[in-house]
Amino acid sequence: MDNNYVIEMLNITKEFPGIIANDNITLQLKKGEIHALLGENGAGKSTLMSVLFGLYQAEKGIIKKDGQVVEIKNPNDANALGIGMVHQHFKLVEIFSVLDNIILGKEPCKAGFINRKEAREKVISLSEKYGLNIDPDALIENVSVGMQQRVEILKMLYRDNEILIFDEPTAVLTPQEINELMEIMRGFAKEGKSILFITHKLNEIMAVSDRCTVLRKGKCIGTVETKNTNVRELSRMMVGREVQLQVKKGEAHPTETVLSIENLTVPSKIHKNNAVKKVNLNVRKGEIVCVAGIEGNGQTEFVLALTGLEKPNEGKIVFKDIDITKATIRERSKNGMSHIPEDRHKYGLILDYSLQENLVLQRYWQPEFQHNGFIKKAEVTKYAEKLIKQYDIRSGQGPTTTARSMSGGNQQKAIVAREIDKDPDLLVAVQPTRGLDVGAIEYIHKQLVAERDSGKAVLLISLELEEVMSVSDRMYVMYEGEIVGEFMTKDITVEELGLYMAGAKRQEAANG
Amino acid sequence: MDKNNFWSKLGGWFGNTIRKIGRWFKSLFVSIDDKEPKLRVLIKKDSFTAVLASLTSILIGVLFGFILLLVLNPAHALGGLGAMLATGLSNPVSFANVLYSSTPLIMTGLAVGFAFRTGLFDIGAPGQYLMGAFFALYGAIILNLPWWACLILAMIGGAIMGAIPGIFKALLNVNEVITCIMFNWIGLFVVNLSISNIPPMLQSYYGSVQADRTVQLVTVNESALIPKWGLDTLFGSNYMNIGFILAVLIAILIYVLLNKTTFGYELKACGFNKNSAKYAGINEKRSIILSMIIAGGLAGIGGGLYYLSGVSQYQIAKVLQTVGFNGIPVALLAASNPVGIIFSALFVSYITVGGNAMQPEFAKEVIDIIISVIIYLSAFSLLFRNIIRKKIAEKLEKKELKSKILPSDNAGDSGHGILPSDQSKEG
Repeated sequence: MDNNYVIEMLNITKEFPGIIANDNITLQLKKGEIHALLGENGAGKSTLMSVLFGLYQAEKGIIKKDGQVVEIKNPNDANALGIGMVHQHFKLVEIFSVLDNIILGKEPCKAGFINRKEAREKVISLSEKYGLNIDPDALIENVSVGMQQRVEILKMLYRDNEILIFDEPTAVLTPQEINELMEIMRGFAKEGKSILFITHKLNEIMAVSDRCTVLRKGKCIGTVETKNTNVRELSRMMVGREVQLQVKKGEAHPTETVLSIENLTVPSKIHKNNAVKKVNLNVRKGEIVCVAGIEGNGQTEFVLALTGLEKPNEGKIVFKDIDITKATIRERSKNGMSHIPEDRHKYGLILDYSLQENLVLQRYWQPEFQHNGFIKKAEVTKYAEKLIKQYDIRSGQGPTTTARSMSGGNQQKAIVAREIDKDPDLLVAVQPTRGLDVGAIEYIHKQLVAERDSGKAVLLISLELEEVMSVSDRMYVMYEGEIVGEFMTKDITVEELGLYMAGAKRQEAANG
Repeated sequence: MDKNNFWSKLGGWFGNTIRKIGRWFKSLFVSIDDKEPKLRVLIKKDSFTAVLASLTSILIGVLFGFILLLVLNPAHALGGLGAMLATGLSNPVSFANVLYSSTPLIMTGLAVGFAFRTGLFDIGAPGQYLMGAFFALYGAIILNLPWWACLILAMIGGAIMGAIPGIFKALLNVNEVITCIMFNWIGLFVVNLSISNIPPMLQSYYGSVQADRTVQLVTVNESALIPKWGLDTLFGSNYMNIGFILAVLIAILIYVLLNKTTFGYELKACGFNKNSAKYAGINEKRSIILSMIIAGGLAGIGGGLYYLSGVSQYQIAKVLQTVGFNGIPVALLAASNPVGIIFSALFVSYITVGGNAMQPEFAKEVIDIIISVIIYLSAFSLLFRNIIRKKIAEKLEKKELKSKILPSDNAGDSGHGILPSDQSKEG
């Protein structure tokens, strides 16, 4: 009996209608290790962790903590055992403050009143200790995704959890934030906390984890020591075939300008300053233009103004020679603009609609799908089946699956499928590969390049340096709402780009 | 020869039919041609769980009501319960009563349910209902219009009352619940004030002593009465007219509107996720206003249908009528499904009619309490639905696991050939 294991999940089987999410999976976590859990979208990683966290009950198998069999019926049981989890989609109350979210469920009380002072001190000391920079009084709906995640981490620390589950924590972070997070994770491990870390990103596994368990289609493929493996082997274990890790693309041949933006200024919702300040930018047919930058530097607001979800203060947006600054969202869409939104739950999907209803969200009004205002259900289903096949969208019940019950990666694939299949002249893609596995990323990158090669324009907003460098032809760097540099991708190095993104360097001419 | 041929044909046909029927029955329980047993398909359906949950909660409500009866008046408890449960179906007149009082309930239930699907809480149904009633009566008594024109007026009246909170919500983001509640009272007193100041609408104008109610339609404008199409003689009750049929047709229309049209798709999208709807280019402000206008119009028609029957006269009172508020439990009970609303309205009106038959053993107030308890517990159907769904899922999972391990006994049936795949969806 090896007492080194702090958590053992033995022979776990969990079924859902139409799908076996976990098929006889065994996972053992050592004390003080960072254990990565790798697998494609829908491989069953999140399900397995939800079983450990008490959100689901496994049909078969047992869970041991420190060698003792335990029963985890709900998250409270998990918490009592010192297990904490940062979910892929954060479980935060949008209209509560950061502090209130952290203490929610474990409020320090005095005679029935919440003792916020005590809580605040503990939260601030924790955040200082681990370098988790937060503003305790900000409302969740107003803070960046990165900060929301730090709030989630603080929630675990506040509860003195010893076993920390991170469900795709880096999917939403900037490269710098990822590095910080990894430092934080290493710090936790050094203190004897054990970490389970779900990810698709092979480099992160190589950089931070001690061991790695690979799942594929609900089955456990194996557990390997990170130091004895490499990226190629891991990706083969995960996908079951060789994966093209590098984006293959030829020279871009840009032609006429599709989108030109002049002096675009967009107000911020968080502070009184403008989030986007006098941005000038253009995109031509047949090129992939990237807006790079660290999260929270105005990209979000820029895209909202470009796609019509937010009104700009000043400036002009010209799309295919038409001034669309004041056009409605539908007009922009009809004109040939597609938008893969940053937040798939807030904008991209109607979670209570079925997959097929979501797949026609941008097109339900077209003659193909309606006649005199009546939806042609058969056509919708047929179309959905086509996209599901073409884009390999996996779900329990096919077109009629509720979007809410699909895995994050497959939700994202559905959005990408919908937006690309609209055959747009300009595809505005905001972190299109967020939360996807290498296989799916490979596919989406190929699609973006194919769109470009067929003469379409692609505007990619990405936080990931690797993606920016490998996919884009030309790029703008955004820093504090301003464009601080414009480069041909082949002319710049990652290091230099990092300096621009961090605001350490700027091209004066770029924003003239 | 011909005769023989005929008999053999008939025999063949007969045998075939028997076989087909047998096969159909078999298909209920076991899987044929790789299709799931039809009963299993049925119990897997959401609508089945919904109906089962509603029935369960109604049953529990009735049991609870019975306990109350036992506590309050043990001697008459059983008789009282019997009266409550049986009266509605005991004779055609009572049944006509059930249909008659369910008609406005269907409409207010539709109003609330429709708005719910768009993410709005239309608690303004009482005001919309009243305004509809006033518009209809004005059209009937003063403008001398036929019944259908009065109904259109009723719809317009309700729609105006619905539009106001809708516009406030869409353009100024004022919570519709507050506006609706305020406008219920504003509506009530505007209607009261108007009627008292239009003497020809009052019964006193025609020589009666009663100045607090509107004149009977029969005496001023018979064409404004909703046609009876012989239903009154059929049921032997002058409460009966085609109003109920109209309400059912409107419910079906609303069902189609919500579930089959792009307009319904847009409205529901707004209800589920306003941001996504906006992102998809749906004008969410327009959707909110239109949804409230339609909801108001539905409640307004309810008011029209009730008063144009000619049986009831509008009585000037300082309280809001419960039929508007009862639209809320009616809609909740049916989970806002327009077709379900027909049945939940029938149910509420059924126990109301039955409850009234419990007098004089039980006081009116006691009966109201018991009716409320039953309706209240019926609203738990959502809770039961989740429990039932879970139970069914567990049962099926177990069975399916078993059938995966054990080879199924009907493997031989697959030899019949595979039917076109579109048939697999029936059930």
